[in-house]
Amino acid sequence: MNAPIRRLFGLVVLLMLALIFKTSWNTVFTAEALRDNPKNARDLLEQERIRRGRIRADDGTLLARSVKSGAETWRRSYTSAAKLFANPLGYAFVDPGRTGLEAAYNGELSGEDNGLRSILDELRGKRVVGDDLITTLDPAAQRLAESLLAGRPGAVVALDPSTGAVKVMAQYPSYDPQDAGDRKAFAALRRRSGAPLLDRATQGLYPPGSTFKVVTAIAALDSGRFTPQSRLSGKTGIPISGVPLDNDDGESYGSIDMDTALTHSVNTYWAQVAEQVGKPTLKRYMERLGFDRPVAVDLPRGERASSGVHTSSGAIRDPTSRYVDIGRVGIGQEKLLVTPLQMAMVASAVANGGVLMRPHMGAKIVDDDGRTVRTIEPEEIGRVMTRRTATEVREMMKHVVKEGTGTAAALEGIDVAGKTGTAQKDPSRNITQPWFIAFAPADHPRIAVAVTIENVKGGYGGTDAAPIAKRVMQELLK
Amino acid sequence: MSARNRELLALVPSSLLVTGGFTAVFVERDNVLSNGSLGYGALFLALCLAAHLIIRVTLPDADPYLFPLVALLACFGLVMIYRLDEDLARQQAQWFVIGLVAFGATIVLLRDYMALERYRYTIALAGIALLLLPLMPGIKAPVNGANLGVKIGPISFQPGEFSKIAIVVFVASYLRDTRQVMLIGARRVAGLTIPPLKHFGPLAVVFGAALLELFLIRDIGTSLMFFGGFLAVLYVATDRASFVVVGVVLFALGAYFVGTHVPHVSARIDAWRNPFDDRLYDAQGGSYQIAQSLFAQADGGVFGRGFGQAIVSSGSYHLLPAAQTDLIYAVIADELGLAGAAGLICVFLLVAQRGFKIATLARDSFSKLLATGLTTVFSLQVFVIVGGVTKLIPLTGVTLPFVSYGGSSIVANFILLALLLLVSDRARREAVRG
Repeated sequence: MNAPIRRLFGLVVLLMLALIFKTSWNTVFTAEALRDNPKNARDLLEQERIRRGRIRADDGTLLARSVKSGAETWRRSYTSAAKLFANPLGYAFVDPGRTGLEAAYNGELSGEDNGLRSILDELRGKRVVGDDLITTLDPAAQRLAESLLAGRPGAVVALDPSTGAVKVMAQYPSYDPQDAGDRKAFAALRRRSGAPLLDRATQGLYPPGSTFKVVTAIAALDSGRFTPQSRLSGKTGIPISGVPLDNDDGESYGSIDMDTALTHSVNTYWAQVAEQVGKPTLKRYMERLGFDRPVAVDLPRGERASSGVHTSSGAIRDPTSRYVDIGRVGIGQEKLLVTPLQMAMVASAVANGGVLMRPHMGAKIVDDDGRTVRTIEPEEIGRVMTRRTATEVREMMKHVVKEGTGTAAALEGIDVAGKTGTAQKDPSRNITQPWFIAFAPADHPRIAVAVTIENVKGGYGGTDAAPIAKRVMQELLK
Repeated sequence: MSARNRELLALVPSSLLVTGGFTAVFVERDNVLSNGSLGYGALFLALCLAAHLIIRVTLPDADPYLFPLVALLACFGLVMIYRLDEDLARQQAQWFVIGLVAFGATIVLLRDYMALERYRYTIALAGIALLLLPLMPGIKAPVNGANLGVKIGPISFQPGEFSKIAIVVFVASYLRDTRQVMLIGARRVAGLTIPPLKHFGPLAVVFGAALLELFLIRDIGTSLMFFGGFLAVLYVATDRASFVVVGVVLFALGAYFVGTHVPHVSARIDAWRNPFDDRLYDAQGGSYQIAQSLFAQADGGVFGRGFGQAIVSSGSYHLLPAAQTDLIYAVIADELGLAGAAGLICVFLLVAQRGFKIATLARDSFSKLLATGLTTVFSLQVFVIVGGVTKLIPLTGVTLPFVSYGGSSIVANFILLALLLLVSDRARREAVRG
């Protein structure tokens, strides 16, 4: 009877091998897919057990911390100051997840990226805790910017042009990040009109109006095709792409130089410049400035929109496409849509002598014991233009504030360089989107700003946006 | 070295594992566990020693490796249960005490286990009665729709755990008598060997009763375990693969019918095929359990997350339903990874190897068939539950022997172990004497 017993044992061996094979299948071969399965809440529950690090503003103001929510679980708690920074800061809850800086610096905040340190901590019997994030954000200026928007949807961005450190990323409407942790409050938030969850500074896409003429000027001067003295006709009604283009209020100028054309924001002059510079050159400079790709800042990919010429379906269109009316792109029209942060980057590239720095909100990572683990160093995106071009554009922008459309941004005793923009949103109802980009002090810039307000009836960049830029710069230069 | 000294030495790894495991879990979860809870580990070691002494005195020649292997399994289980719930670990330790009493009682009462043969029909009836117990109104306590549990007052148990032993004892003793005549009197019809009805009759009755129960208990996994044990004994007794083929075909037909006609079983099969289907996932008794089981295994990876590190619950919300019974293998795969899980399967395989070894060493047919049957049902039970948890086959609510939490399972498997050791003791003694 022993032979069948051995065969039976053979069968049992096969059955057990099948079990080991299937276990390997589950634990190793298909594990990735199982971990990514949307029904798998393990990763989220895991996070609940980690004491996330705190997030602070540049002056040490506490924005977010974790408080105990159970024997082994923690929950995010946002301070009242965090309400000022809700959009860039984001939130971190098991449901609905993470956004903003909370998501971008999740590795550090959750302690996942601590690597060796967390292993050592574990050996020493210490619980793994996340590191703290110190940001570059300035609560006083942020509060001021938000109050200046005065309940009008829009955004204010201010950054240090020499480092890219973002000081202000204010917007309206915003929200209380604590509400994201409450199912009902969050559902209400998502239904609320005006899209408060949208980070307007990095995701809001708006027609830039005449502020884009700065980009055209950079391309024209740096490519060597033009000088600040180049003269062209500023007559209203010059045909651009076969359609007559008007100046603001139908004003006509004779033969004017570039400086005058920028100071008075003469549409026909700049449209001709754009046509003469040509699509490939303009495209080159737009791309050097960061257009045509998600705006460069330390936020998750999904929260960074691309500035550039858009198709009707919302995709980015190559500026060299034959469907693009380059003359009108050159003055900020023609389906050209930009984010406020992108326009602040344009100002900051000019301010920083032609070198564009990568905007960032993270300043440093500090561990639980207060030691600085990592300092987020300023990072160069690249040189956009020569120092000489930057100086020439700066001089023209100074004139805009001194004697042109942007006089409302002038600061006492400090030179300001700027450019206004007034994009037509609904000409029949005279609804516009005012813009202002600027930097100051003009010769040794410490701050670059972009201000925009959605839909102002009869608004102008010079009267609605420039005063806000002025006050925010004043606060930051204190 | 004598068999018993080898056994004692082989207990060292289990004691190290239980000590290490308890310490690891305790260190990881010291904020939730009380200091006294470490005592369960010490109690467990004392029990192992007590069992060893029982064997040393009563069965000096029994297989030296079987008990240490079982101790290893039990300690795996106890550490895992301790990690899941301190109270359950205490109860499990108590069940080990009761299981050990049953173990000792079996050895003492059945020193001459051949006596079992005399009561074979009584035992068969008892086995079938036990299986039918969960159908009795008033005491039935269905487990996820399968009629496997019984609840009398505060005590609930799964009679199937005991019934599997009874059926094996009956089949083994019956076939000891009739296996020769079944072969001699057999006729060949259309290429198949058909045993004479007279001798096959009682077997067919048991077989039929068990087939009927497939419908009544509504659980293919448990039925598979019973039929597998039955067919294994039949096969070893007659060495006729044709009997097995007929049996498998009958079982397959029955299983197909049940799978398509009994809603509870077909729901289980649907859940097995599409565990991530939204409708099935949210349904009561749907695929949530198997899906979570797979997630837990994926979480473990190759080396696992370590003792006490896996997430099994969030607050009062249990991520893994029945983590301490049905899904204990998933928790092990989560915390110890593929390495630990495969190691556990290897331990089970070694137990099976010892069991079949005992069967080959045994001199008389009854002992051989008994050891074969017990080892097969034991192995099949492992296959049914681990196969279910890993989604190899539809998930069934049986326990992982010696590892899962559960009184009936512990006590029944200790009796099974005692029987195997009894057979082994006699076989090896006879082998030594020549």
